[in-house]
Parts: sequence; structure tokens; C-alpha cells
Amino acid sequence: MKNSGRWIVAGTLLCLVLLMALPCGAADRTLMMATTTSTDNTGLLDYLSPEFTKATGIELKWTAVGTGKALKLGENCDVDVLMVHAPAAEQKYVAAGFGIARREVMFNDFVIIGPPADPAGIKGQSVTGALKTIAAKSAVFVSRGDNSGTHKKELSLWAANGGAVPEKQSWYVQTGQGMLASINIAAQKNGYTMTDRGTFIKYAHTHGGNPPLVVVVEGDDILKNQYSVMQVNPARCAKVQNDLAKQFSDWICSPQAQKLIADFRLMGKQLFTPNAK
Amino acid sequence: MEYILQGVFQAFRLLFSGDPETFSAVAATVKASSFSMAVSLVLGVPLGFVLGHLRFPGRRQVRLVVDTMLALPTVFIGLLVYAFISRQGPLGGMGLLFSLPGIAVGQAILALPIVVALSATAIEGMDAGLRTTLISLGASRRRLLVTSLWEVRHGILAAALTAYGRVMTEVGISMMVGGNIKWHTRTITTAIALETGKGMFATGIALGLVLLFIAFAVTLPASLLRRRRQS
Repeated sequence: MKNSGRWIVAGTLLCLVLLMALPCGAADRTLMMATTTSTDNTGLLDYLSPEFTKATGIELKWTAVGTGKALKLGENCDVDVLMVHAPAAEQKYVAAGFGIARREVMFNDFVIIGPPADPAGIKGQSVTGALKTIAAKSAVFVSRGDNSGTHKKELSLWAANGGAVPEKQSWYVQTGQGMLASINIAAQKNGYTMTDRGTFIKYAHTHGGNPPLVVVVEGDDILKNQYSVMQVNPARCAKVQNDLAKQFSDWICSPQAQKLIADFRLMGKQLFTPNAK
Repeated sequence: MEYILQGVFQAFRLLFSGDPETFSAVAATVKASSFSMAVSLVLGVPLGFVLGHLRFPGRRQVRLVVDTMLALPTVFIGLLVYAFISRQGPLGGMGLLFSLPGIAVGQAILALPIVVALSATAIEGMDAGLRTTLISLGASRRRLLVTSLWEVRHGILAAALTAYGRVMTEVGISMMVGGNIKWHTRTITTAIALETGKGMFATGIALGLVLLFIAFAVTLPASLLRRRRQS
């Protein structure tokens, strides 16, 4: 019986040794990007990254967080390149010297989605009018509440035309989570929320084209959602791989990658419109 | 509710079809937790022995600190580790951020108080007569240490299993320090958080079951060891 104990110990040790030997799959040149949840949740990056590796030999790694955290990771020199969607915040970021070479890559638009029955009756209204109606009727509205690009946009829409930004109202739900998570919470609460169209199409696709929430307000000019790429400033961050970041920036703005973005479809619908100059 | 059943089926499919994404997450989980457990056991068991065996001034205060550390929240450990290993932080040059060793450092901090506290408790609960007997038989200090640890090996095994359960199932450190990077630092728990966030509940449940399979594979040898003692 004593022997079996020894075997177990030896087996465990052997397993540990084998474990350490497992390959880690790291390529020679790896680019680290911080990006927003929408580029990841829609599957766009899963679709683009092998093409990028094929074209340049660089492996792309990314962490999908809200735009606020992505900018912070760049400020702390922890990533090489950023792909985010908060133009006003990005311009401040470049002016502060944290990022360089901001280039527009693609856009889609924000939409307000809600239950098909539209309990607050906002269908067909302008976006600011719709938000005022939601507030007046205390209809449930789910906000990202996480300082992401979508959240910043939503706050600016409440504040447009001198409106009040809700905070503690019981109908205003701040999730602090990603876009798809927030949409799911809105669906559970039978409420409204604002999302980028790409994530909404992904959501509709997941629900087999028959989602519990549908688009109720869209098409306003102020709902445009611009995505841009920025390199983390190598003058501040000595260790960032600026040459790789620049290659990514050049590649994603190239005609070849722009066409890939235009061809990225779910349920026959285009999720992002390329517009690099 | 059908996604619960779907999840169960999918768990078997993911495991037995050799789904590469799932196995990448399994490998990340097992690697990070094995490194952190090795470190916390090597440091923790001797510290636990000292704390449980020796009588020194301030011992009760140290014990209080260790017991308080049992309640360290994982997101807070994640934030602290991030602050240290960010390129702007004091250990920024080591390149630990967004890596499995980085996650392992955080998890070792999580596991250490558990190993120390529980092995100290096991030592304290040891038959007091054994110590007297050993000393009267003229045992050296090293002999005393080894014999005591051997005597409480089941308590230490329980400490290790408790710590392993906590380390393998935490999300906060893996998310903050690892960044949930596909093929690299996506562990089973961060994958569950991601899939749930995306509304893919069945996949989340499947991954949860995969984690339980691993836990079973780890606890099985431990249970065999214990049975051997009883027979």
C-alpha cells in the first residue's frame, strides 16, 4: 500500500513537469492592443487578426475593455496600440501627449433599442426627444455606466439641449458592464438602452434574427460612431513597440484591410463602414 | 431554461471533441494555478509550522493578520498586482502584465494566507504528547519539523485543496492582470465571464462544468491518499 502513495506523488510531479513544457504559442513579434468591447464582441477582431498576421507576420493580442480603461492602459504604457471610439476623449488624449497618429478607421452608428411594444412611445422621435420622453415617463433605461465610448456618447446625448443627466433615478440602471451584457440586462428589465449597431446586429444574430429588443430610434446625424486607431506615444513610453503599432495602423487603414471590414457581415448586414483616409 | 441542458451537452462536446479554444483556457487555468500553488505551498507550509508550533511574542497578532488576509478580495489583489507590474509601476520592467506568470503572482498572494492559516491550525491541533515524546527521545529540531509535518499531512493536504479551489475559481485577478486575452491569458473563469456577458449562457455553463471536471481530477488522488491511511 505504501507504494501506491509514492506512485501518486511521482505521477503528480510528472504532470507538473509536463505542464511546464507545454508550448505557450508565442510568436516572435507580438503586438498588444487595448480596444473596446464592441470590436471584440462582434467577432470583428477574430476575423481581422489572422489576416493581419498573414500580411505582416505580427501576432495581434488584444484586451477588450471599455474605452476609458483602454485609454488608461495606454497612458500607463501597458499596450502598444489603441482602437477606441470616443473622438472627443481621443483628441484630448493626443493633446495631452499620451497618444500619437490618431487615424479614423471605420464607423457605424448608435441606435436606441427597446421592447417591440415600445412602452414609452418613443418610436420615430429624434434621439434627444426620445430620451426626454423616457425620463418624463420614468421608463427603464440601461446605461453602461463604465466610462466607455458608448457611455460617454450617451451622457452627451442626455446633456444635449440642456437636458439633465440622470444618475440616481430608480428607472436609470447603470450596469458597469460590457455592451452585450448591458443589452441582456435591458432585455431582462424590459427597458431601453443605447448600443452601437454592430453589437446590436451580433445580438440579433445570437437570437436567430428574432431578438427580444428591437431598434426604436435611429438615423440621427449625432448618432454617428467613429472608431479610430492611435499609437501609444513612444516618447513617453520607452518600451512600447512603436514600429509594430505603426504597422498595424498602416495595415488597418490600407485598402486591403478596409475591404475586409466592409465585407464583415452577420445576417447579411454590414457591421462597420470603413472610412480611413 | 433549456440552456442549462444545452450547457451540459456542450460541456461534453467541448471536452471530447478537443475544442482548441476550450483547451487553451484549460491549459491557462491549470498552468497559472499550478505555479501559484507550488509557490504558496513552498512558502506557506513552513510559515504555517512556525506560526502553529513556536511560541513567540506577537504570535497572536500575526495570526490575526493572516486570518484577516483570508478575506482579501480577488479584484483588490488584481488591482494591487496591476499597479506593481504595470510598465509605470515599480516592477514594470519584468513584463508580467497580461501574462500567465503575472496571474500566478496574484493567485499566490491569494493562496498564501489560506495555506499558512490552515496548516498552522493543523499543527496546533496536533497531539501535544507527540512533541513531548519526540523531545524526550532526543529528536533534533529538523526531525521534529519533519515528523510533525508528516503527522498533520492530512491537515496540510486539506489546506492545499482549499487554496487550490480558491485559486482555480477566482476571476478578479485573472481579469485584471491577465486581460482575458484569447489563446494566451483567457482562463476558464474569465471565459465564463465573457460568454455570460455576451449572453451565451449555455457555453458559460459548459465551461463551468469543464472546471468541475478538472477539480475532480485534482481531488481524486488526494482522496486516494486519504483512503490509504484508513485501510
